[in-house]
Amino acid sequence: MGLLDKEFTDSNIIITKSEDLLNWARLSSLWQLTFGLACCAIEMMATSASHYDFDRFGVIPRPSPRQADVIIVSGTVTLKMASRIKRLYEQMPDPKYVISMGSCSNSGGPYWQYGYHVLKGVDRIIPVDVYVPGCPPRPEALLEGLLKLQEKIRHEKLAKQTA
Amino acid sequence: MKTPEEVYNILKEKFGEDVILSYDDSQPVEPVISVDPLKIHEVGKFLRDDENLLFDSLMVLSGVDDFNGKKVKDEEGNLKEEGRTLSVYYNLHSMKLNHKVLVRVSTPIEDPKVESVEHVWRTADWHEREAYDMYGIIFLNHHDLRRILMPDDWGERYPLRKDYEDPEYYNGMKVPY
Amino acid sequence: MALKTEELVLNMGPQHPSTHGVLRLLVELDGELVVNVKPIIGYLHRCFEKHCEALSYNQIVPYTDRLDYLASMSNNLSYVMGVEKLMGIQVPERVEYIRVIMAELQRIASHTVALGTYGLDIGAFTPFLFLFRDREKILDIFEATCGARLLYNYIWVGGLSHDIPDEFVPMVKKFIKEFRPTIEEVNELLSFNKIFIERTANIGVLPPDTAINYGITGPSLRGSGIKWDLRKNDPYSIYDRFDFDIPVGEGKVGTVGDSWDRYWVRMLEMEQSLRIIEQAIDNIPDGDVHEMVPKRIKAPKGNVYVRAENPKGELGFFILSDGKNNPFRVKVRPPSFVNLSVLGELSKGYLVADLIAILGSLDIVLGEIDR
Repeated sequence: MGLLDKEFTDSNIIITKSEDLLNWARLSSLWQLTFGLACCAIEMMATSASHYDFDRFGVIPRPSPRQADVIIVSGTVTLKMASRIKRLYEQMPDPKYVISMGSCSNSGGPYWQYGYHVLKGVDRIIPVDVYVPGCPPRPEALLEGLLKLQEKIRHEKLAKQTA
Repeated sequence: MKTPEEVYNILKEKFGEDVILSYDDSQPVEPVISVDPLKIHEVGKFLRDDENLLFDSLMVLSGVDDFNGKKVKDEEGNLKEEGRTLSVYYNLHSMKLNHKVLVRVSTPIEDPKVESVEHVWRTADWHEREAYDMYGIIFLNHHDLRRILMPDDWGERYPLRKDYEDPEYYNGMKVPY
Repeated sequence: MALKTEELVLNMGPQHPSTHGVLRLLVELDGELVVNVKPIIGYLHRCFEKHCEALSYNQIVPYTDRLDYLASMSNNLSYVMGVEKLMGIQVPERVEYIRVIMAELQRIASHTVALGTYGLDIGAFTPFLFLFRDREKILDIFEATCGARLLYNYIWVGGLSHDIPDEFVPMVKKFIKEFRPTIEEVNELLSFNKIFIERTANIGVLPPDTAINYGITGPSLRGSGIKWDLRKNDPYSIYDRFDFDIPVGEGKVGTVGDSWDRYWVRMLEMEQSLRIIEQAIDNIPDGDVHEMVPKRIKAPKGNVYVRAENPKGELGFFILSDGKNNPFRVKVRPPSFVNLSVLGELSKGYLVADLIAILGSLDIVLGEIDR
């Protein structure tokens, strides 16, 4: 992996595993779908602004789900919104990842007890890769969540898994 | 500037005792004027247009479940609830003359019907839709009374009533925690 | 032979790059011109009023933060004033001064988001970054005081949760000195930029009597030339001790009440907030902020309606109590809910791109609309 970070002075041949190459390419430029629902969206916007830059990790906001790799579900998911999230998730092309940001999308958040219209956790409708806790999580916490997702992608395997 | 008591007296003079029902100033902070639910449209128009009153802004319109039903035994000996009402409170304010008043209407829960004040104050449009959505209060002569916050297929359940219970599943998603 | 034309119904769905939150707009178009707009809300309905009936008075304060999540201090203040009025509590002077300073800092923070994202909707990316950089400075001040960046739970019934630290006054003074040049910078970049003026002047003109009848409040009302601000016309807390102006829209580059006017009123309000903070910051009296915080809150039976001037308009709380530990009914009157209902009237006959400009100038936040 260190081979790909060094500069080349002559034309060279690199020998590496194809898995490593593909995983490195995928994790270095995760394009996120702009999907902010509630208060956590403001912290996500603050993470993309200049103080805690998101762009240095290769993450650019894309408005259309067809061009996005990762969806950061930030904010409370309500029953009315749930079918739209499912549809957006199904519109994203593979390989796709989901980061659940904030307590509301992890498990219902502060509205778990009396919220009749709140979906208690977005993992009831779509599969989640990384959960970032907090209400709202600090931008540094979201960046750590992104790094954990990059870790997860780095260890993905191309070959079919048999038990 | 008029006090709420003076407003009540002006209204009682104009409309009479069977429309302006009562005046209650026993509790903090503001006194409450009770009005007949089917005549609130005319009372509202008078409140807005009369030059001594000039209530040109409806600050908020809230539905309330009074939860004041009493359990009685009917002929077969079953316990039944009766007398439960739903109310709507109107907080009015005059920007020019700087006075406030609180008006209330009550209707029975079996057949909640209140006249709409949408044509008097345009802001009542969405507030009444929300009172319908949350409590089931039907506003007569509203041009477009449908659910505003809950999904359209939520059915006959009105969430903010005190005896509301969660459904177990909605469209395949488990609702309780 | 006549051409048959039909209106097209376009759905600007809950997920859209420029709707400010999960708002759905059903737009009926005749070619490119808007005939009617129906906003559909409820995608963020989080059952705040049901929670209020089940929790005690001071447990509700963190939930009021999440109503208008860009102006948490102001939401807290409005609710807490209502409970204090119902119970008859008079808070100490130190608490009042700190509350005013926090509310005005919060107003500046909220307006930076409003103006930054408005520029982003029109297409200007740089003012967004400049304004967010200054917003981080305000969030640092809040973090030093109460530990949180966005949702503070700071203003409690009868007082505050934490007293201000020693470095609070120097930090605020430093911020005031650094913020005035930013306002100048953004004015140069955005406010008098020819493209911005072309896109926002004479768009979405709101006549004054329509505004009052629909119940519009806040900068959107003042943009139409009506000088109505709750801090002066119906004063609460200690705002009557400070000297500040109420900016109104005058039709400087277009008609009175267009989108540019609403934007310009927000820019001028940030300057007025700085004036209030400057007057208050040197005169904070001594005292104990926890002195009047009650151990158990049991409000007497009754009702109260109290309102405060939030950055987005007039936030009102109507609290009905029946003498128990929990309120009987809490109704929130959100400014953005009422401001959004006028969108249909404002946007008749404009293009779709103008619709985005009008929506941005009304400055709505969905957490408040859907509660």
